[in-house]
Amino acid sequence: MNPPGTGPEPVATRREFFLRGLRAGAAVAATGGLAAWLWNRHPPGDFGRAQASDPRKDFSVRSAGPRIAIATGRDRAAMLRRALAAVGGIERFIARGDRVMLKVNAAFATPAILGATTHPDLVAELARLCRAAGAESVIVTDNPINAPESCFELTGIGAAARAAGADVFVPRPGSFRAGTLPGGRLIRDWPVLEEPFAGITKLIGVAPVKGHQRAGASMTIKNWYGLLGGRRNQFHQDIDGIIVELAMLVRPTLVVLDGTDSMMTNGPTGGSLADLKATNTLIVTTDPVAADACGATLLGKSFRDLPYLVRAGELGLGTTDFESLHPARVPAQAS
Amino acid sequence: MRITTARRIAQAFFFALFVWLCVVATVGTRLWQWRGWPIRWFLELDPLVAIGTALTTRSLFPALFWALATIALTILLGRVFCGWVCPLGSIHHFVGWLAWRSRPLKRRIEGNRYHRAQAVKYCLLAALLAAAVLPVGRMMLASLQTGLLDPIPLVNRSFNLAVLSIADLATGKWTGAGRFYSGAGLVGAVFLALVLLNVAVPRFYCRFICPLGALLGIIGRGAPWAIGARRAKCTECGVCDLNCEGACNPMGPIRLSECLMCMNCMDDCPSGEPIGYGPRPSPSGEITSPGMSRREFVVSVAAGLAVAPLARLGGATAGDWPAGMIRPPGAVAEEEFLARCVKCSECVRVCPTNVLQPAGLSWGWEALWTPALNNRIGTSGCQANCIACGHACPTGAIRPLTLDEKLGRGDFEPAGPIRIGLAYVDRGRCLPWAMERPCIVCEETCPVSPKAIHLEEAEQTTREGATVRLQRPVVDPARCTGCGVCEHECPMSGLRAIRVTADNETRDRSHAVLLHHEHQ
Repeated sequence: MNPPGTGPEPVATRREFFLRGLRAGAAVAATGGLAAWLWNRHPPGDFGRAQASDPRKDFSVRSAGPRIAIATGRDRAAMLRRALAAVGGIERFIARGDRVMLKVNAAFATPAILGATTHPDLVAELARLCRAAGAESVIVTDNPINAPESCFELTGIGAAARAAGADVFVPRPGSFRAGTLPGGRLIRDWPVLEEPFAGITKLIGVAPVKGHQRAGASMTIKNWYGLLGGRRNQFHQDIDGIIVELAMLVRPTLVVLDGTDSMMTNGPTGGSLADLKATNTLIVTTDPVAADACGATLLGKSFRDLPYLVRAGELGLGTTDFESLHPARVPAQAS
Repeated sequence: MRITTARRIAQAFFFALFVWLCVVATVGTRLWQWRGWPIRWFLELDPLVAIGTALTTRSLFPALFWALATIALTILLGRVFCGWVCPLGSIHHFVGWLAWRSRPLKRRIEGNRYHRAQAVKYCLLAALLAAAVLPVGRMMLASLQTGLLDPIPLVNRSFNLAVLSIADLATGKWTGAGRFYSGAGLVGAVFLALVLLNVAVPRFYCRFICPLGALLGIIGRGAPWAIGARRAKCTECGVCDLNCEGACNPMGPIRLSECLMCMNCMDDCPSGEPIGYGPRPSPSGEITSPGMSRREFVVSVAAGLAVAPLARLGGATAGDWPAGMIRPPGAVAEEEFLARCVKCSECVRVCPTNVLQPAGLSWGWEALWTPALNNRIGTSGCQANCIACGHACPTGAIRPLTLDEKLGRGDFEPAGPIRIGLAYVDRGRCLPWAMERPCIVCEETCPVSPKAIHLEEAEQTTREGATVRLQRPVVDPARCTGCGVCEHECPMSGLRAIRVTADNETRDRSHAVLLHHEHQ
């Protein structure tokens, strides 16, 4: 830079102006091109509206046929072993290399003794049996009501799972994917647990028998509620409807319904040993409808007292007449 | 005609046009009402609106294509927009001239010298654009805060909410009825402060603050045509600084990104020859750098990047969403809304009932001056057959609805009407519920058909032993659209006995009260 008034003055050359003009023209053209490319690429309201996928989860083993076993006793692990043996052995359902998910009920951060959640003994034994049958991995998961980490720890499910060589998956907001259940009225564009299902080949539901103020009972089918994300509590406006849709959503490999103790009052949360009654039963079956129909008897009810179960039976999602499956009854002394 | 006269005519024309487009932003069919006037044209011309929303949404709302014209003009001719078109610039120009014209020449020349702080506006621009760049949602959505300082939304907001409202209050003629805007005082005070700062430094806002000026300075600093000075014939009298609007040092080396193309230097130069305008680099040198150091740039960008994440920490776009903040019909879901709204107040001004209001700080500073309904202000709630706000919005923060979509008719029948909230009866304040007196104004005025409010019959014995027959209002959430007419009409003029919150609003599925199929 020359100080004022000194030095030669630069003269504009044609070449210089040409270059400036060319640069400006190129800039205008580039801006225009970019604008054309961006032209309403995301119209307002288009964001976050991901295409809803089919959220159905079918892990049933057709070749095994419908089977049910009803064990009696107090030792959950022993009852589980005998009931599994009675439905043909775990090898009929779990093959070498399988990746198994155990969907437990870990809804509340309460100790196992209160019976509001899946008993850790059952989780440990089931995970162990799956591994023994050759399962490559076992994942234990639920989307609980109380603080998720607390639920897995205070119920003892987390420790039991890890001790048996299983992993605990605690869902995050990103673990869900919007799904629309074919034929569903309620599960429409709704977040359904997806992330831990990657690579899963078998699904076993493990739930306790509980009375439920709104639905009458919470057993194996209501247990799939834990696969729903979002503000799912609005479904309580149509609790029977949502449980039926859960039966449509999930076809498990097996379900285990634990009626060693059943929650007779103040379900599904309970909170007192006085809410529980020793019913000394454990059910293993391929048919969640049959499991719940059988479990209802432990609560002193019939499937006819549970509208969701009646509808699920009518829709052919399973049979409420569990006796028609010729249950294998395994008494305590058999072990 | 002198070039500065042409410039003054242009400034007067665009300023008058701007005021006119503010005035006609009134729903109606008379000449001075909307009836097709391009009321958002200045906002569409604004490249900062276009670039800001393009950064946050990776998309260009069609109306904003006009900004291309401004960008092209600036690339070719420099900041002509600032010196010739911008209505806020013209206000500053005029007030600065008024305040400075009788001051001593020496002070005026000194007052128009380049100041290092002129780099601040580039820092503000960098911070605002950085805030718009960092994705905070699942998709590419960030916080768009350019509207706080962007001159076109700023002047639009100031005129529509403060200046014209005062004119309304004084004359009662501009819109036919006095209009009230919560927080208009703050909008007006900011405007007044910026205008009065011209007394301290001419074009204070344009030189130190304006992020749009900074953007245009960067875009236009390589313009093929520019002001240039030849020192050989210069007597160094300094008169070229006397009326220099941009404080760009026209005598040279000229700061091209600061030059507002006001042309006063050319006009004022006593010998006429040294300063010229043409297709050549300035013989006395040019400075194209905006004058912001690398460190300043990095600090500004870092601060800007922190804006959106910090704002979202409060949870107002998550679980703690403000239920009292009722967005207008057609508003997109909140995260996208905050990525699109430039706080221009066009929708607020155009709302025929005055129910649409600029938000204050109570719903988080990110939402400052964004539109939300206040059913206690205005002539009625949100009118069933009105879709004005979405058609006034320059960025698609409020979608331009058709009446069919808003009301859930025709093709939109399966989706049902657009709901902006849900009315709740406060049974402790409602006359027939709590005070044994008949009323049912809310049920009578409910515009939804069949009505979203039905009546429960009750007979009650008063303390005097008389029997009164009461009809008590009950809201049907499957029908209520949240329009707020009931709340507006409720005779409990303090805290209404029926009030709308944003629960159940269509724009966010997670705010639903009812099950999906119940609205169909």
